[in-house]
Amino acid sequence: MYKVVEKKEWTDSLYHIKEYKIYVPVKESYYHLFRLLTKDVSPDFSFSNTRLSPKSIIFPQSERMFEFSLSEDDPDAFVLKEAKKQYPLQAVVGIRPCDAHAFLIVKKNFDNPDSKDPWWTRRYENTTFIGLGCNSPASTCFCTEVGGDPFNEMGLDALMYDLGDRFLIKVLTDKGKTFLDKVKACSEAKQEDIEKAEELKCSSRSQISAKIPLKELLSKRILEVFEAPIWNEISFPCINCGICTYVCPTCWCFDIQDEVYKQKGDRIRNWDSCMFPIFTLHASGHNPRAEKFRRVRQRFMHKLKYYPEKYGDGVQCSGCGRCIRVCPTNMDIREIANKMASI
Amino acid sequence: MEHYTYKIRDIAKRLFKEKKIDIFIGYEKGTNPFFPRPVLISRIEDVDRLVWNSNCGLNLCNYLTGRKEKIGIVANGCTSRSIVNHILENQITRDQLYIVGIPCTGILDHRRIQAAVNDKEVFEIKESTDSFKVVGKDFEEEFIKEDYLQENCVTCTHPNPVIYDEMVADPVPSRAERPVYEDVEEIESMPIEKRRFHIQKLIKDCIRCYACRNVCPLCYCPTCFVDERIPYFGKSIDPTDTLTFHVLRAFHCAGRCTDCGACERVCPVAIPIRIFIKKLNKEAFEIFSWEAGLSLEQKPLLTAYRKDDYDEFL
Repeated sequence: MYKVVEKKEWTDSLYHIKEYKIYVPVKESYYHLFRLLTKDVSPDFSFSNTRLSPKSIIFPQSERMFEFSLSEDDPDAFVLKEAKKQYPLQAVVGIRPCDAHAFLIVKKNFDNPDSKDPWWTRRYENTTFIGLGCNSPASTCFCTEVGGDPFNEMGLDALMYDLGDRFLIKVLTDKGKTFLDKVKACSEAKQEDIEKAEELKCSSRSQISAKIPLKELLSKRILEVFEAPIWNEISFPCINCGICTYVCPTCWCFDIQDEVYKQKGDRIRNWDSCMFPIFTLHASGHNPRAEKFRRVRQRFMHKLKYYPEKYGDGVQCSGCGRCIRVCPTNMDIREIANKMASI
Repeated sequence: MEHYTYKIRDIAKRLFKEKKIDIFIGYEKGTNPFFPRPVLISRIEDVDRLVWNSNCGLNLCNYLTGRKEKIGIVANGCTSRSIVNHILENQITRDQLYIVGIPCTGILDHRRIQAAVNDKEVFEIKESTDSFKVVGKDFEEEFIKEDYLQENCVTCTHPNPVIYDEMVADPVPSRAERPVYEDVEEIESMPIEKRRFHIQKLIKDCIRCYACRNVCPLCYCPTCFVDERIPYFGKSIDPTDTLTFHVLRAFHCAGRCTDCGACERVCPVAIPIRIFIKKLNKEAFEIFSWEAGLSLEQKPLLTAYRKDDYDEFL
């Protein structure tokens, strides 16, 4: 089912939808971020992509999981209790297909037969994803090289096509339909709108210039890539900050800390990064990845070799290109993937 | 800037031929025009990868820590001062280094350039003496360098290296005779509550990526205070914990920072990181007439005592 809506009416309607917390791309000082839509916030759908991925909407950077009391008088002392939370209905409007695909990748970790993360799964279930296809991919985009597409529908409840002054919206799921029924300004799409959208799909796909030899990369033996003498040179520029992992929509590692104040405490989880030197620091003091090259190698092996080997469903990367744009020392996953594939 | 590049390559080739160095640390062209890639050259065949341009805004001294080789390295004013500091703090020795001095005409502010072309994707920056062209998919625009310098470069007091073995060109004039602290004074003049609110606003988007810390040559502690367990420093994005990180890191850089601007350049959420350390640099300057890293003869500020030291607080 296709609907069409004038851009201004679409944006105006979003302010009136009370049933969902709506997240939209917003222009900050020098970049875009997804922010909660309030009357003081103006969405900007003519963005390329946000600086940080929308993963924090489902997987907040810092999250209280449990609380506990340390007071001897308390009968429940030292018992971890799940911190009460709300899981309101929410919608991410304007999410790019690479980021929606990324949620499906992350879902493999947080929602599988062996374990279900209660917080991630509840938030994900209550979120509706209204995607916005990309008319002009950036030169750093490579979604098509990793199983995606500028107008990919994976992980989306609806997909918008930017036709200039209006959006064509393809409804994909019941959740999508429920959300879009609240936008009265939508009307039935005309055949010419649908045809224009098809043209956009083709022209957009052809603009992606990056090449990743995915088949060769996936066919290489893990140990061969691990032991190849490429990592010292590749890892030299890296300063082991967490920018790449934190902007990445498919990174999912976290650390757990207890924070205690007087007689009460919280068990919280915070995003963690395999780039940080203490990521693998053991309680004994031993650190299997003390040297920088081991940590840099780990990141690219995990993304491009360990994940595909474990899940058999492509790489742990949706080609959004954020890491390339923000890395202060220009570590480039496209170049590194090519080096790994041609050892 | 091209003549700098060719001179650097000539010098590096000679140093390898004469076996004066084991490795050369510089920049090479990567895939991001605003962030040339730091490179370690170990063979004379690779020397032509080296470049220098007005986007070389990291601090290569950061890559010296703990190295044992004979190292050739490019250094402009602020980087050379960081190297002096590194030597005084025993992180590298003077005789390991062959410093190729760069008289710096200023580093470009990538954020303002990006904004000036309305966020259109930039493929290349082509530099001339006083101007530069920004090239994208279907546009090319020219700008004057002086209008797009990084904030720390606009009032640079030491563009020329203070320590070097060979310079690639003649020295250039400084832009300021003494450090300028207007931005610090603006915050100092705010009443306390307004100051607190203002500072909290500056760091509200911090994602604790630690890029500012990791790109800084001063931050070489084996375990950073913020990663310690005892005492425990909050590692979440709680605003107070984040403020603690920035303020306490600033204190650790007091009297050592050379205002190279790398921290501010690399922050993914555009936090004006330098303001915290500048406050402390201002105190060092006003109370002790101190600017970091000017000479190997000058003992570090916080380790030296002179009989005529200001001690009104004692």
